[in-house]
Amino acid sequence: MSERPDPTNWVCPLPLRDTSRIVLGHGGGGILSEELIENLFLPAFGSAGGPSRDSAVLAVPGGRIALTTDSYVVNPLFFPGGNIGDLAVNGTINDLACSGAQPIGLTAGFILEEGLELEVLGAVAEAMGRAAAAAGVGIVTGDTKVVGRGGADGLFVNTAGVGVIPDGVDIGPQRARPGDHIIVSGNVGEHGVAIMSVREGIDFGTTVTTDSAPLHRMVAAILESVGDPNAVHALRDPTRGGLVAAVVEIARTAGVGVELDEQRIPVPETVASACGFLGLDPLQVANEGKLVVFVDPSYSEAVLAAIRSRPEGADAALIGRAVADHPGMVVARTAFGTTRIVERELGEQLPRIC
Amino acid sequence: MKYLDEFRDPAAARALVERIRSTATRTWTVMEVCGGQTHSIIRNGIDQLLEGAVEFIHGPGCPVCVTPLEMIDRALEIAARDDVIFCSFGDMLRVPGSKHDLFSVRARGGDVRVVYSPLDATRIAADNPDRQVVFFGVGFETTAPANAMSVLHARRLGLTNFSVLVSHVLVPPAMTAILSSPTNRVQGFLAAGHVCTVMGTGEYGPLVERFGVPIVVTGFEPLDLLEGVRQVVELLEAGTPELRNAYPRAVTAAGNAVAQQALADVFTVTDRQWRGIGMIPESGWTLSERYAEFDAEQRFGVRELQVAESDQCHAGEVLQGLLKPNQCPAFGTACTPRTPLGATMVSSEGACAAYYQFRRLESAGGALAPTSATGGASAPTSATGGASAPTSATGGASAPTSAAAGV
Repeated sequence: MSERPDPTNWVCPLPLRDTSRIVLGHGGGGILSEELIENLFLPAFGSAGGPSRDSAVLAVPGGRIALTTDSYVVNPLFFPGGNIGDLAVNGTINDLACSGAQPIGLTAGFILEEGLELEVLGAVAEAMGRAAAAAGVGIVTGDTKVVGRGGADGLFVNTAGVGVIPDGVDIGPQRARPGDHIIVSGNVGEHGVAIMSVREGIDFGTTVTTDSAPLHRMVAAILESVGDPNAVHALRDPTRGGLVAAVVEIARTAGVGVELDEQRIPVPETVASACGFLGLDPLQVANEGKLVVFVDPSYSEAVLAAIRSRPEGADAALIGRAVADHPGMVVARTAFGTTRIVERELGEQLPRIC
Repeated sequence: MKYLDEFRDPAAARALVERIRSTATRTWTVMEVCGGQTHSIIRNGIDQLLEGAVEFIHGPGCPVCVTPLEMIDRALEIAARDDVIFCSFGDMLRVPGSKHDLFSVRARGGDVRVVYSPLDATRIAADNPDRQVVFFGVGFETTAPANAMSVLHARRLGLTNFSVLVSHVLVPPAMTAILSSPTNRVQGFLAAGHVCTVMGTGEYGPLVERFGVPIVVTGFEPLDLLEGVRQVVELLEAGTPELRNAYPRAVTAAGNAVAQQALADVFTVTDRQWRGIGMIPESGWTLSERYAEFDAEQRFGVRELQVAESDQCHAGEVLQGLLKPNQCPAFGTACTPRTPLGATMVSSEGACAAYYQFRRLESAGGALAPTSATGGASAPTSATGGASAPTSATGGASAPTSAAAGV
């Protein structure tokens, strides 16, 4: 997990022409645009950055292509444990990983608001470069647009990703089936609480940091551990809507029911207390570095061991199973042996009054 | 988590459940007053654990549910103004008025902000002297002290651009209304613990005397609730209605004197409409004359805005147990959790919303079954009398009370 970048200490490797802020001309395709790429993005992306041309050209090893795109509009841009930059890199890698793909290239598209400080953009770009390098993936092409003041909130990032799915691997929500064991790769709710702690200015007494992390190596370790790639049925990174949304979506797509064992779901005390304070359900709070796995039960021990062997998977747990009953619906079993229906929020989760 | 885990211990819960079950010689009908208690009962399945011994009727203590339609419409009208920053607790944003909700106002350009404290709203007012900042002051005696403090704070700061849309409601008049109803089924109450933290327990003794019902001040964690139920069931079985405090770690007989003083200074008692119930006399607070300058209804001239509840909605009868939710002609068609007509469909813990979810599960071939060693019967599909939302297992009607109309 990267240090929280401090934009005030960031120094542009080569000072940009006469301005410390983004102006409309940086998106105009002229010299200012070129200088932004040459002097800010390419140095920031470092070894992860690709050559400057209209499209990236990638060599494709055997297998099928996975393609994904995601836009990042998080506010604030910087939060405990990360920022919009590493989030944009890890999030797109994780979308690829959940199809069983190993990423081979990312794109970076920026929408910048006129007046954005270059130091801020530089810190975000550097975080992207560091995250991509750490994940072993290149940022192979990109695009920048500038909109007038008020047309965006500081900066938005879009990352698309291309990955390759090895032959024989067939992972998708439709493949979940009754009997599957459900595993989560670690503590839930950390990213959402980290964001809320800075967005709402609430001091929880201790800092909760984002769990933002790339998951493709964990997925590779899982696939290696089972031997039979068909044993892993569905993977999902439980981002917005949290664990509940991920599990409900798989249940609905596959037409299976799900029983979660609430006691086994790892919720750190800091997250539980923050959520208790705000009246939120930690199972519906976002994660950015967790994996939910639906796996053939005879392989679940191997998968758990593979996940736990990685530092980001130390807290992994078997949290439930898919059932033939109540297809499309998720039921949680409480510590008291009772059950309740678990459903997604209509929109975003709202703090309760009482 | 210290001070919480102790009150969530499954073994201790089992022991309490066994004790309640062995004490109860019949099914007692108990109302938990507060929405927070309802949330905990449903979330932890406490109603399932006690099926056959206790039927819960979920009380009127959910501010989201009982805030009347016309007050929501007043909020919507104020929030839509160009010169207003409208501040609210989060879950009021999705409560529908007669046409739309605060989310829709925001989407159309209204400046609607979620705050966690009314003092956030006074800060926003201080930071935006050229805008009118309005706080939506809803809730019971629990949220009222902080809202009163925001008014006192605003006066201290000399803020002229801050006002409060006050829709405070009070627990004891609602309990009186419930107990006075000819169709009342409630035999004992779990009083709202945090309301009593503020107000003390003095208001409840007269209710015990007048109506002969046991009232037990109760907390919110599973063991708190079970302990409250244990005491109320023992009082019912003994036929000795008394006032008890089963939440002594948070509640004293006198309550919070400082908060009460602020409330008495800032607010004055008024009649209030309750959504799905109707008018209850002297059941709410509004700003006192001394602080009338902070009254948003007055400032924005919305007091005359009156709205009738949907005539398609039968929430009142559902709440009294006279109608099952799915017997309402609007159930599942005009009225769904996405398009609720009444209080019982607004909150996820309301009888109609719970029934709606349960029917989805049932039609999908599932059942909510207590499987613990409580000896409870399985799927609570059998509607044990009245409204009975099966998700709440014992079939207790949800959300606002069984007293409903005629109060």
